[in-house]
Amino acid sequence: MDLPAFVSLLGFSEKGWGPALLTAAGMTVLLSASGVVLGALFGGLAAFARLKGGRLARGTADAYCTLFRGVPDLLTIYLLYFGGSSLLTAVGRFFGAQGFVGLPTFATGVLALAIISGAYQAEVYRGAFLAIPAGQIEAARALAMPGPLMLRRIILPQLLRYAIPGLGNVWQLILKDSALLSVIGLVELMRQSQIGAGSTRQPFVFYIAAAVLYLVITFISGALIRRAEKRSLRGVRRA
Amino acid sequence: MDIAFFQDVFLRLLGGVPLTLQLAGISLSIGFVLAVVLAIALHNASPLVVLPLRGYVALFRGTPLLVQIFLIYYGLGQFRPSLQAMGVWWLFREPYWCVILALTLNTAAYGAEILRGGLQSVPAGQIEAALACGMSRGLLYRRIVLPLAFRQALPAYGNEIILMVKGTSLASIVTLLEVTGIAHQIISQTYRAIEVFICAGAIYLILNFAITRALAWLEHRLSPHLRPPPAARSATQKGEAA
Amino acid sequence: MRHIFKWLAASALSLAAVTGAQAQTAPKAITIATEGAYAPWNFTGPDGKAAGFEVDLAKDLCARMKIECTIVIQDWDGLIPALTVGKFDVIMASMFITDKRLEVIDFSRPYAIDPSSFAVAKTSALAKSGLGGKFDLNKEGEAQASIDKIKPLVKGQTIGVQAATTNQQFLKKYFDGVVDIREYKTTEQHDLDLAAGRVDGLFAQQTSLAATLAKPEYAEFEIAGPGFLGGVFGRGTGAGFRKTDTALRDQFNAAIGEAIADGTIKRLSEQWLKSDVTPPQ
Repeated sequence: MDLPAFVSLLGFSEKGWGPALLTAAGMTVLLSASGVVLGALFGGLAAFARLKGGRLARGTADAYCTLFRGVPDLLTIYLLYFGGSSLLTAVGRFFGAQGFVGLPTFATGVLALAIISGAYQAEVYRGAFLAIPAGQIEAARALAMPGPLMLRRIILPQLLRYAIPGLGNVWQLILKDSALLSVIGLVELMRQSQIGAGSTRQPFVFYIAAAVLYLVITFISGALIRRAEKRSLRGVRRA
Repeated sequence: MDIAFFQDVFLRLLGGVPLTLQLAGISLSIGFVLAVVLAIALHNASPLVVLPLRGYVALFRGTPLLVQIFLIYYGLGQFRPSLQAMGVWWLFREPYWCVILALTLNTAAYGAEILRGGLQSVPAGQIEAALACGMSRGLLYRRIVLPLAFRQALPAYGNEIILMVKGTSLASIVTLLEVTGIAHQIISQTYRAIEVFICAGAIYLILNFAITRALAWLEHRLSPHLRPPPAARSATQKGEAA
Repeated sequence: MRHIFKWLAASALSLAAVTGAQAQTAPKAITIATEGAYAPWNFTGPDGKAAGFEVDLAKDLCARMKIECTIVIQDWDGLIPALTVGKFDVIMASMFITDKRLEVIDFSRPYAIDPSSFAVAKTSALAKSGLGGKFDLNKEGEAQASIDKIKPLVKGQTIGVQAATTNQQFLKKYFDGVVDIREYKTTEQHDLDLAAGRVDGLFAQQTSLAATLAKPEYAEFEIAGPGFLGGVFGRGTGAGFRKTDTALRDQFNAAIGEAIADGTIKRLSEQWLKSDVTPPQ
């Protein structure tokens, strides 16, 4: 393959795939970010249930974490894609709605990533909570701090500090997992490179381009996470 | 609920378990050996060696496994004449070996990072003590450094093993008929996606549950020094690892 | 934990409310799914939009029926499961009307008829045999005789075919144990592996093979042996519907009839497929 052909294939001219690939990379970031944010809700609830919940809540949260960490993410995505609509349709029928209820592909993708990342985030939050020195909470109680205030002033800031490295790992994992959403036809980076590879019959060029774009995204987000980690440790004395 | 259908699907999917285990087993074994070598090199070698190795680790940790499989299978397929000239086409011709290659390179990169962390955690005093006893470099690694590093890295490596078992499900995308591949085949005959995927999910869950139990047992066996003595156990509650 | 369920139920309901409203206006606006990886019948351009014979035909039919259509792309092996769970309303993805599929979904009348064949190297035994013609698998004697002639010529070879297709069923039924069948998710992928030399030949629809073989990398390959129709291939290519959507199906039948009568299908198929695949009226 000569260089000019390579450039025009991935370039920004009319026949080039550059804009399509960049848009798809943006889609990848958007999907992963939405998935991790929504997953924080699932993960937070699961962590809370495992730490403070009754037996039933703890069991459910345990089952949730074990299930989605043990089943291949590809299967979780397929199941949600095919199962999600049936479930919604059934719920819709129950409340009197007619016909089929579709879950849009984007929503399915975000929900899948949220459920998977939630199972991993639960562990991160639980570990971070346990890392908060008990004296801090006792001290807050001794000052008669009300619960919500204690959560806002004492627990959450420290929780976040301990959770940042773990959350960074979850983010990198989900970023790569988002490639699996290509199987449900969501045009993110992986799917776009498959389309390009198929229609130009230059698989090597497109998969290399995809790999490079993923690397760029992981590098930039890795640097941001390290910065956040450093900032969160401003007030900590190093041993 | 159609119990007979579930039973039939489950039995047919079990036929894919040997291939799933083969893919995971072979790539994890070779990947582990590579990871040990890589981790030691990353820990000790000169920057000239470390830099390209870091590049490899970053490449495989920074891109999705799916991209790696496609790149190795369809991407390299474009270079058949050169691969034939090098005499390695037989390897790249078969989807089986392409998937093993991708999984191995992937797990070796992750494993190297995990083991490097383990090596870093070995207390300097231990190494100094061994050197003071006049241990050779090889003996030092065999008797002191590697056992301590492995013990430290075991929980993280356990996660990696489970991720690999899950990762084999991607082999179905390059024509291999492991559990997920067979699931797709059954769906194409019955069009009942949900039931089939539930069965496949159950199989992976059972596999991973067995692995988790085995690892927990191994971890327990390797850490008698971290457990409180039997008398104290009832008094102090065992702290959970975060 | 109860919070999670409450939250899930609430969000599911709000989504249901939004999309449920759309579902009720279905007759005026529908979603048609295609595979987007089966050039020139349907494929995907750099902009991510579907194009090809079936996409143009779908637009033409929708204009005739005065229905607003959205075209979406869905992986081949997920097309029927996704239709039955309501991801979209119609499949137009070069899908053959077969008895097996009719158990699960409904079809329109055929809008195209296109036989399937092998594509192999020009130097192979099958290519040199000079076998040809067209065989209807419903006329068992003739078809079986032709298949028996092909068998020794392809024995032991690896043949690529798209998974979950009638082509795959054909190979399984008539060539199981004779050739090594390798199943791919898309035809684009088996095309790549033919060029890479991982498979000795392909088995697919003639029009699709012709489009692939026209590309310079495939100069050493050709369509060889006879074309096959009927039997496992069913009654031609039709649009798929959920069994409950009979009104929509009848509307499509009428529109396809018009498109056959006024030569639209002939024009579009000659433009995209380089041959006339119009079914009998």
